[in-house]
Amino acid sequence: MTEHQKDRFATGVIYFLVGIVVILLAGILGNILINGLPHLSWHFLTSESSDFQAGGGVRDQLFNSVYLLILTTIISLPIALGAAIYLSEYARDNWITHLIRSTIEILSSLPSIVVGLFGYLLFVVQFGFGFSILSGALALTFFNLPILTSNIEESLKGVSATQREAGLALGLSNWKTIRGIVVPAALPGIITGVVLSGGRIFGEAATLIYTAGQSGSLVDYHNWNPLSPTSFLNVMRPAETLAVHIWKVNTEGIISDATAVSAATGALLVLVVIIFNLSARYFGNKLYQKLTAAK
Amino acid sequence: MSKKDTENLKDVVNQAIDSQQVVHVKLKDIGQKDIDIDKLTRPSKETHQEYWGRGLSYLAIGVIILLVGSIIGFVGIHGLATFFHDHVNLWQFLSSTDWDPTSGPNHVGALVMIVTSFLVTLLSALVATPFAVAVALFMTEYASKKAARFLQSIIELLVGIPSVVYGFLGLTLVVPVIRAIFGGTGFGILAGTLVLFVMVLPTITSLTVDALNAVPKHFRQASAALGATHWQTIARVVLKVATPRILTAVIFGMARAFGEALAVQMVIGNAVLMPYNLVTPSSTLTSQLTTQIGNTVMGTLANNALWSLALLLLVMSLFFNILVRMIGKKGAK
Repeated sequence: MTEHQKDRFATGVIYFLVGIVVILLAGILGNILINGLPHLSWHFLTSESSDFQAGGGVRDQLFNSVYLLILTTIISLPIALGAAIYLSEYARDNWITHLIRSTIEILSSLPSIVVGLFGYLLFVVQFGFGFSILSGALALTFFNLPILTSNIEESLKGVSATQREAGLALGLSNWKTIRGIVVPAALPGIITGVVLSGGRIFGEAATLIYTAGQSGSLVDYHNWNPLSPTSFLNVMRPAETLAVHIWKVNTEGIISDATAVSAATGALLVLVVIIFNLSARYFGNKLYQKLTAAK
Repeated sequence: MSKKDTENLKDVVNQAIDSQQVVHVKLKDIGQKDIDIDKLTRPSKETHQEYWGRGLSYLAIGVIILLVGSIIGFVGIHGLATFFHDHVNLWQFLSSTDWDPTSGPNHVGALVMIVTSFLVTLLSALVATPFAVAVALFMTEYASKKAARFLQSIIELLVGIPSVVYGFLGLTLVVPVIRAIFGGTGFGILAGTLVLFVMVLPTITSLTVDALNAVPKHFRQASAALGATHWQTIARVVLKVATPRILTAVIFGMARAFGEALAVQMVIGNAVLMPYNLVTPSSTLTSQLTTQIGNTVMGTLANNALWSLALLLLVMSLFFNILVRMIGKKGAK
């Protein structure tokens, strides 16, 4: 075989493999959406799930997912922001910083089930929170922190050094420079990072099955008192999320329409992920244009 | 600033006012009493802000370090209790296939889970790598910018699809097909491998794309100028330079496969049986943890044995981390 024939052959192989992957990916996405969307109705989104009969919805699971997402972001954003500011602005290049970076890498590569079991051990058992939204949100925070921290650090590092020098030259303290100049300049990147990690949180299940629990409780959406056990805002009630719901109806559930319910829930999750991805890019760009007056 | 320094400064100011050496500044108009030495020598408002801000960012990083420390500590203590408190032989734990921790310390052998976990991880990485490298090569060396960006966004989307959705697809698509072709239940290592293949493919692909993009453009130009064909350039220059980072990408994919719990648990069959072929039900470390930890009581041998599996997962994830670091160091040379 001459070199030119080899070249043509290799190119053919690469195109063939890419073709298989594209068909596979299209098949997966198509399968999820085609099987799921027909079952995805307003009734499905607004009715309670059922334990043993067909025809249940996912109202509580949907709310729980959103609620956990919000709580987790509220807890993890300040910590991740602080840690990212430390890493990009204050940390010197020495062995301590290296150690801290490895720590964050280790946390990001931990299997999510291990993080979940740790949350179970610490919050559910040790602190006595039981299976609750609070335990789940804290465990998800651990899961979320490393990714969010490195995303925010990346965007802080993207701010040019001249902006910092300008701040310091005006006599601002280092902190004021960071708060008033660097963080606003990095905001589009930070928002993108938060939204993308939000998509991850929304679909996470392994961390939650032993922290937020696998069952729901009676929820009253008119009870606005967070301390009341039936209130939808109560953080001490057990809460099953959408992703956990799919897992549960497929492994332990006995409802007869498990496949339809999980197909619809899966399509819902994928739709949410798509929306998150698109909006992350959209809001990031919009905000960047607004802040920098770029067109 | 010490008290003595403050005194000295006071003296200097007094002297300056007395001698009035600087004619155009009328210090006498200011008067001695107007000068607040304390205020001049105290840390300014800006300095206080700086202390606060720095303190907050140190606190945040401290929280993360404490967190990782406590995860390793807690899982370590519970995982090691099997060996120190319940006196299970470590060698037996790693080499015996007899897994029935409720019957006593002589029945704690995790070999089945260890073998299955490694098999699904290695097989899925083995299948996924050629596809991932091909797609990455296509995106960086062949496709137009528009096509590359489109593939990129699809791959990002696939990374974001929740693992339970992949598990559900495996359960409804892959398992029935395997059942139809090979007979049996359809659950097993083959189903697990196929599901994990799809899950690690985007991870390996996007990291490989980064690796290929990091190869300087003039390397390719130099090779082309020597009369090399496109494929010769790719095989002998681009891939060779990018090899360490591609290996890192594969290891990241393997780490993801090894730690994946629910998707695998849904298709692996969850029977603690030695896998003699790829289509009989078996059990991985993660699937055993997922299904059993809720059925055991804290502090019993059965529970501690499961924590030992969790510890094994933790150790393996540390090992993958170290491996990535070592390859990175070698590649940097």
